[in-house]
Amino acid sequence: MLELTPKKLSDRSTLRINPIKTCQPVGAMYAALGVHQCMPHSHGSQGCCSFHRMFLTRHFKDPAIASSSSFTEGASVFGGGSNLKTAIKNIFDIYDPEIIAVHTTCLSETIGDDLNGYIQDAKVPEGKLVVHTNTPSYVGSHITGYYNMISGFIKYLSTAIGEKNGKLALFPGFVNPGDMREMKRLMKLMGTEFIMLPDTSGVLDAPMTGNYTMYPKGGTTIPDIRDLGNCELTLGLGELTSEFPADFLEKKCKVPYKTLPLPIGVENTDAFIMALNQFSKNEVPYEIEEERGQLMDILLDSHQYTNNKTVAIFGDPDTVLGMAQITLEMGMIPKYMVTGTPGAAFDRKAAALLEKFGVEGCTAKQAGDLFELHQWIKNDPVDLLIGGTHGKQVARAEDIPLVRVGFPIIDRYVHSYMPIVGYKGAIRLAELILNALMDRQDRDCEDEDLEMVM
Amino acid sequence: MDSRDKVLDKYSSKIYKNRKEHVIEIDGGEPQVIAADTRAIPGIMTNRGCCYAGCKGVVTGPLKDVVNIVHGPIGCAYYTWGTRRNKAKGDENTKDFTQYSFSTDMQETDIVFGGEKKLRQAIKEAVEIFNPECIMISSTCPVGLIGDDIHAIAAEAEKQYGIKVLAFSCEGYKGVSQSGGHHIANNGLMKYIIGTGDAEPQKYSINLLGEYNIGGDGWEVERILKRIGYHVVSVMTGDGSYADLKNAHTADLNLVQCHRSINYIAEMMKTKYGMDWIKVNFIGLESIKKSLMDIATYFGDPELLARTEAVIAEELDEIEEGMAYYKSKLDGKKAAVYVGGSRTHHYINLLKYLGVDVILAGYEFGHRDDYEGRDVIPTIKIDADSKNIESITVTKDETNYKTFHTPEKLEALKAAGVPLEKYDGLWSDISEGAIITDDFNHFETEEFLKLLKPDIFFSGIKDKFIVQKSGVPSRQLHSYDYSGPYAGFRGALNFAKDITMATYTPVWNMVQAPWKSEPTLVGSLGGME
Repeated sequence: MLELTPKKLSDRSTLRINPIKTCQPVGAMYAALGVHQCMPHSHGSQGCCSFHRMFLTRHFKDPAIASSSSFTEGASVFGGGSNLKTAIKNIFDIYDPEIIAVHTTCLSETIGDDLNGYIQDAKVPEGKLVVHTNTPSYVGSHITGYYNMISGFIKYLSTAIGEKNGKLALFPGFVNPGDMREMKRLMKLMGTEFIMLPDTSGVLDAPMTGNYTMYPKGGTTIPDIRDLGNCELTLGLGELTSEFPADFLEKKCKVPYKTLPLPIGVENTDAFIMALNQFSKNEVPYEIEEERGQLMDILLDSHQYTNNKTVAIFGDPDTVLGMAQITLEMGMIPKYMVTGTPGAAFDRKAAALLEKFGVEGCTAKQAGDLFELHQWIKNDPVDLLIGGTHGKQVARAEDIPLVRVGFPIIDRYVHSYMPIVGYKGAIRLAELILNALMDRQDRDCEDEDLEMVM
Repeated sequence: MDSRDKVLDKYSSKIYKNRKEHVIEIDGGEPQVIAADTRAIPGIMTNRGCCYAGCKGVVTGPLKDVVNIVHGPIGCAYYTWGTRRNKAKGDENTKDFTQYSFSTDMQETDIVFGGEKKLRQAIKEAVEIFNPECIMISSTCPVGLIGDDIHAIAAEAEKQYGIKVLAFSCEGYKGVSQSGGHHIANNGLMKYIIGTGDAEPQKYSINLLGEYNIGGDGWEVERILKRIGYHVVSVMTGDGSYADLKNAHTADLNLVQCHRSINYIAEMMKTKYGMDWIKVNFIGLESIKKSLMDIATYFGDPELLARTEAVIAEELDEIEEGMAYYKSKLDGKKAAVYVGGSRTHHYINLLKYLGVDVILAGYEFGHRDDYEGRDVIPTIKIDADSKNIESITVTKDETNYKTFHTPEKLEALKAAGVPLEKYDGLWSDISEGAIITDDFNHFETEEFLKLLKPDIFFSGIKDKFIVQKSGVPSRQLHSYDYSGPYAGFRGALNFAKDITMATYTPVWNMVQAPWKSEPTLVGSLGGME
C-alpha cells in the first residue's frame, strides 16, 4: 500500500497529493440540505453536482438531493443566465421546494456570472424563495463553501425587526447530524431557546419508513432563518468555521456573537455548557452533571492505556483542533495535526493548545496533505491515526490503527448518527480510541502476555 | 393512458416536448427511434456527470503506471480518488499510482494569472518524486476558460524529462455528459500511445477494450481467456498500463465490452492497423458463451474451439448448482436497470437467465447506436453541444498494418453470426412493453417506480437510497455495492447471490412498526370497559 511514497521528504511547493480537503460547493450543498424543504442548486456544469451528491451520499448512506444548471460549452462562453432561469422554473415546477439555495462552481465563478442579477430576473412563484452564495472552488475548501452558504441564507432572509426573540443563534460548525442532535439536546436540557442553522438532523439521518420523501422532516425552517436577525446572541461553534457567518449576522442584524471551539472533549464541552448557562441563566441540570461525571470516571479508569500514546490527526480544521483537545485530555500526544483547509489561524490555535498542555515536539500544518503526513509518519511513527476514510491507506501501509472521525467516512456505517460532541460524544470518542489501542495490544502481544482483564 | 404518458403529462409543455423523445415504450412492429446524447435540461436533476469524469474518471484514470495530474481546483481530483472501483495491482516492473490523487490545486491567483507555471512545476515535482514513465494531464472547467495551453506544456515536459507526457482537454462543460470525455480520452490514447511499443506479435493475441476491472471484472475475464489459450496484450483500461497499451497494435483482434466508451479506438485501430473488432459481453452465461465461441470462431483453430467448449463446460459446471438455487429465489421478479452507457444492456441476459424481467431501463449518456444498434450511425446528427468534441481521423500505418482474414472470410464470419464491427444495441434484447428513458432524471425515476413497482432497482449511488427508502431493494451497477466481480462465470454467481441477498434481507419484513398495523389500544380506551 502506498509503496511509491518515499520516506525522504522533498521540497514540494505545487503538486498536491492525496488532499485533506475538497472544494467549496459540497460544503454549500451540505449547508443547504440543513434547511427545511430546500433544494440545493449547483450553478455550473453538472459533473460537480453529481460528484457532490455522491460524496454526501457515500458519507451519510442517505439520499442527498441537488440540481444543476447543466452548463454546456455555449453557456460557459456566453454566460449561464438562461441556464439558471430555466433551472429555477423547472425546479419549482417539478420538485416544488420552498426555497432554492444556489451555489456556484469554478466554472461560473471564472466566467463571472452575476447571480444577483439572474435571480432578480428569474420567475419565482409567489411565496417561494431563491437565495445564493458564491462558492469558487479555487478559494479555501468545502469548509469555506459551508460557511459561505450559511451567510447566503442570512444575507437574503435574516432581518432584525427591532424586537428581540430571546433566542440563541447557534451555528453548529461542519459536523454530522448526530452532533447537531446532541447540541440541540444539551440546549434543551439547559433550557436555552435557540435557532440552529443549518440543521441536517432529520434530513441526512432520516428514518426508513417505506415512503421516500424528497424533503424530509428535518432542517431549519425559513421563518427561523428570518428570525435569526432577532436573536440575542450568536454562538458559533468551531471558530474557524462559524466565525464568518456569526460576524456576517452581526454586521447585518447587530446580533452580537461569541465563538467557541467545537465542543469536543471536556474543556470544550464545559465552555459550551458555560456559555449556555450564561445565556439562559439556568442552572446546569443534574443530567448533564451526571454525563460529565461519567466521562471523568471513564477517562480516569482507562488513562493507563492512552497515556503518552502518540497520535496523528487529520481532517477539517475545527475537528482536528477538537480531537487534539480530547486526546491531550486523555494524556495522549497529538504529534501531527494536519488540515487541508488553508488558514494560518489553525497553526496558531494548535500551538496555543499544545502550550496549554505543556506538550512539545508536535507539528501542525494547515494546507497540508496526506502524502506529507504519511512521510512524517514514515520518519517518526505514531501509535494512532484519527481522521476520515482516506487515512485507511496510511493506516494499512504503516500498520497503525485508525479511528474514523470527521468527513468523509465512506467506508463505515452508523457514524453519522452518533455524536462526537458533548460529554456523550466524548464518551463515545474515548471508547473508539480505547478500543483501537487495546485491540492493537491484544493483537500484537505474545500469547503468554494476552490479558484477560484489562 | 399508459405509464409513459402518465409520467410525461406531468411536465410543462416545454419539457414535455423535449422529454417525449427520450422516453420510449418498446412496442413491437414499429421501428423505434430515441433521442439521446443531447444536453440535459437545467434543474431536472439528471444523473449525469461531466466530460472530465468520462475522460479521467473512466478511461485514463485506471491506467496504473501513469501519474495523472488533474489541472484544476481540488474537487475534481478528490472525487475521482478511489471512488470508481477500477482495481489495479502493480508489480516489480509496474508502478501502481491508482492509490494516489494528484492535483495542481489551483488557487485564485492561478485563475487570474494562469496556471501554466504551476502545472510545469507540478510535473517537475511528480518526475522528481515518482520517476514515472508516463504523465497525463487532465483539464477541469476553468482551464479552458483561462486559456492554459496544457498541450504545449505536455510537449515541452516530454522533451525535457524524456518520458511520455500527454494532455487531455476534458473540461467539464464539453459535450453534454461523460461521453465527450470518453471520446477525448480515446483520441489521446490513439494518437500518442497505441502503436508506440515494439513488442513481438504473439499467437492468439487479443486486446480487451472498454473493460475497467470494476470489482475485478477484467481479472475474471482474463482468467477465462487465458485458460482457453489467448494472449491478452492490453486491457483498456482496467488494471491496464501505459507499458501494455503501447503494444496494443500487435494483437490480432479487439474485443469490445463497453461499446460506448471505446468504440472510437476500435474503429481507429481497424483503419490504422487493420485489426478487426467484435462486440463481446462477458456478463451473463449465455452472453459469455456466445462471446467465447465468437472469438474462437474468429481465430478458426479447431483446437481452440474444442478448448473453448471444454472451458465453458467446466466453468458452467462449477456454478450450475448455485445458479439454479438463486434462479429459484428470483424467478418471476421484475427489474429496473439504469446505468451509464453499457451495463444496462449487458445485464439484461443475466437477469433473464435468473428469471428476472427488465421492465424499465435506460442510459445516462448512451448514444442512439447504443440503444438502436450501429446501423443507425449514418443517420445520427451531431448537435451544436457536441460538435466541438474533436473527431480525429487516422490513416493506414504501412509498417504495422496487417489483416488476419481476407475480406471474403470476414463476410463469411459475419454471415455465421460473428459480430464483426457490429453492435445491435439495447433494443435487440429488451422485452416488449419495457419503458426506456434516456438521460433519466429523479422525477421520472420516482414516478416510474411508483407506477411500475419493480422488485429490484439497479442504478448508482445517487439513486440507491432514494429507491431503498421507497421500499424497493436497490443494488448499484456501477460500484456493485463494493462487491464483485460480476463479469465472467464466477461473477454471474456473485451477482445472483448479491441480488438474492438484497431481495430477501429480513429487514424488509420489519420496516413497518407493529403499532402502525396492529390496534394497540384495544380494551384500554377510557370509558369503554
